[in-house]
Amino acid sequence: MIRFRELAVRYDGADAVRGLTLEVAADEWVMLIGPNGAGKTSVLRALCGLLPFGGDASVAGRDVRTFGRRELARLVAFVPQNPVMPPELTVTEYVLLGRTPHLGRLAIEGRRDRQVVAKALGRLDLLPFAERGLGSLSGGELQRAVLARALAQEARILLLDEPTTSLDLGRQQQVLELVDSLRADGLTVLSTTHDLTLAGQYADRLVLLDRGEVAAEGPPGDVLSEANLAAHYGASVHIVHDAGHVYVLPRRG
Amino acid sequence: MAVDSIRSAEAVRARGVSRPWRLVAGAFLAGSLLVGLGVGPVGIGAGGIVESALSHVPLLHVHSPLSSLEEAVLWQIRAPRVVLAALVGGMLAIAGSTYQGVFRNSLADPYLLGVAAGAGLGATLAITYGHVGRTGALLPLAAFVGGLAAVAAAYVLGRSAGAARAAGSFVLAGLTVTLFLTAIQTFVQQQHTNTLRDVYSWLLGGFSTATWGQVAVAAPYVAVSSTAIVLHRRMLDVLSVGDEEAASLGVNVARLRLLLVVAATAGTAAAVAMSGLIAFVGIIVPHTIRLLVSTSYRAVVPLSLVVGAGFLVLADVLARTVVSPAELPIGVVTAFFGAPFFAVVLRTSRSAR
Repeated sequence: MIRFRELAVRYDGADAVRGLTLEVAADEWVMLIGPNGAGKTSVLRALCGLLPFGGDASVAGRDVRTFGRRELARLVAFVPQNPVMPPELTVTEYVLLGRTPHLGRLAIEGRRDRQVVAKALGRLDLLPFAERGLGSLSGGELQRAVLARALAQEARILLLDEPTTSLDLGRQQQVLELVDSLRADGLTVLSTTHDLTLAGQYADRLVLLDRGEVAAEGPPGDVLSEANLAAHYGASVHIVHDAGHVYVLPRRG
Repeated sequence: MAVDSIRSAEAVRARGVSRPWRLVAGAFLAGSLLVGLGVGPVGIGAGGIVESALSHVPLLHVHSPLSSLEEAVLWQIRAPRVVLAALVGGMLAIAGSTYQGVFRNSLADPYLLGVAAGAGLGATLAITYGHVGRTGALLPLAAFVGGLAAVAAAYVLGRSAGAARAAGSFVLAGLTVTLFLTAIQTFVQQQHTNTLRDVYSWLLGGFSTATWGQVAVAAPYVAVSSTAIVLHRRMLDVLSVGDEEAASLGVNVARLRLLLVVAATAGTAAAVAMSGLIAFVGIIVPHTIRLLVSTSYRAVVPLSLVVGAGFLVLADVLARTVVSPAELPIGVVTAFFGAPFFAVVLRTSRSAR
C-alpha cells in the first residue's frame, strides 16, 4: 500500500532522511521509532506531499508526485503531532473539514458528506459532543475529534505523528486501541512514537530510524533490543518479554 | 446501525446562518435603507418611499404619492448616497472577515495590507500635484490605483519573506508598506500646506458627494469581490486549521490565500476610493456577528456583508443629522457610536457564557 525506495528528504539545509526503503502492506500498522531528529516526521510529511523529496514514494502503486493535492488527500490522511484546533469551531464543523478533498472548492457538504461525518462521530463516541466548541474539550476528546476528522476523509492510509503525546496513560491506550480497531475497516497505518513499550504492543512492525537512516527493522521483539536502544538512543534499558509482548524499562546507570 | 447513522446525519449540521438570523439581518438592512432614504431636512415616510420605488417599475402602474421635489431629493440625492454607503459598509465588513480568516488574526482589518495608506497617498498626490478637487472624478481612480499598488508591494514583500511563515510575514509586510507610504504622504502634505484641507477632508471619509456615477463604478467591484468571498466561506473555515493541515486536506493554500486577498483588496480599494477612509467597520461588524450568532465563517462572511451595509447606512444618517445642516465625518460616527455598542456586546456575551 505504501512504498518508499531510497527516500531522501532535505529539511532546513540538512539531510533529514537518507536512503529509506520501506514497504507497508494493506491493513498493516508500522511504527517509526528513533531518537529526536531521526527523521520520523519527515517521512510522514513527504508521503502526504508536504515536503519535497528525492527517491520514490508511492501509495497504491502510484508515485505520490503524480497525484493532485485533493486526489492524494482522498487517499492519505495526516494527523500532525500538534494539530491546530480552532476554538471557534464546533466538533461537527471541525470533523466536516475532513470532507474537503471530496468537495469542489466552492461546494458545501451534501447529504452523503453528513452521513460520513455522522458515522465518524459515532465511531469515536463524539455524538454527545457534536455541538460543543473545540475550546471546551479535554485533551482526550480533542484527540478523538482529530481522528474523526481523519476518518471523515475516508482515506485508506492514516499517517499519525506521535498520536499519544500529551495524553495520560489511559487515554494513550484508548487512542491506540481505537486506531487498532479502525484497521478492521481496512485502514493502513504508519505512525511515529517515542513510547517504545506501547510501540511494542500495538505495531505489527517497527522501523528504527537514526540520523535519517534505517538502523533496524522487523517485529517489535527483534528491533527493541538492549543493544539497539543503547546504540541509537544512548539509553540504558531493560527489555522484558512477557506473553508475546515486549516491555522497555528505563534503567539507571 | 445504518438507520442510526442516517438519522444522525440529519443532526450533522454546520452552523450556517439560521433562518431567524437571516430574517433579523435582512430586516436590519431593509430598516436601515428606509431610515437612510426617509430621514433628512425633507422627511419622507416609509410608505411613500416604497410606493415611489414601485412607480419606477414598469408594468405595475403604481403612482408615486411624492411631490416632484420629494422625488428629486429621494432619487437624486439620498438614494445614491444610501446605496453607496451600503456598498462600502458591506464591502469593508466582508473584507474584514476575509482578512481575519486568511491571516488567522482576529485583529486583521481591510486596511491590513496597506490599502488605506496606498489609497491615501494616491488621493494626496492627485489633490496636491494633479489639482484634482475634493470632488474630482479622478480622485477615486488615484486612490484605487494607490491602494492596489500598495497591496501588490506588500504581497511581493510578504512572499519573498517565505511561504512557511506566510500569514505572519504578510502582516509584517503590510505594516512596513503602510509606514513607508505614510511617511511619504506626511512629507508631501507638509510641503504643500495649501491643499491640507482637501486632503484631510478626503481622509476622514464620507458620502456627502455621492452620485449614481460613483455607485456604478463601485458596484461591480463590490458585487464580484463579495460573491467570490461568500462562495469561499467554507474554505475560510478550512484555513483556520493552519496552512499545513489545510494543505494535507487537499487545499492549495497559497493560491486560495491569493485569490481571497485579491478579492477582498480590490473591493476594499474600490470602496475606499469612493468614501475615503472609514475605520472600524471591518473589525466591529464581523466580531459582533461572532459574539451574537456564530464563529464559523459560514455565518460570519454572509452576515458581515448584510449587517455591514446596514450599519454604515445608519452611521451616515447620524453623520448628516446630528449637527445638521453641517456634517460629521463618518469615521467619527462609526467609532463614536460603534465602540460603546461593541463594548456592550462584548460584556454581555462574555457574562452570558
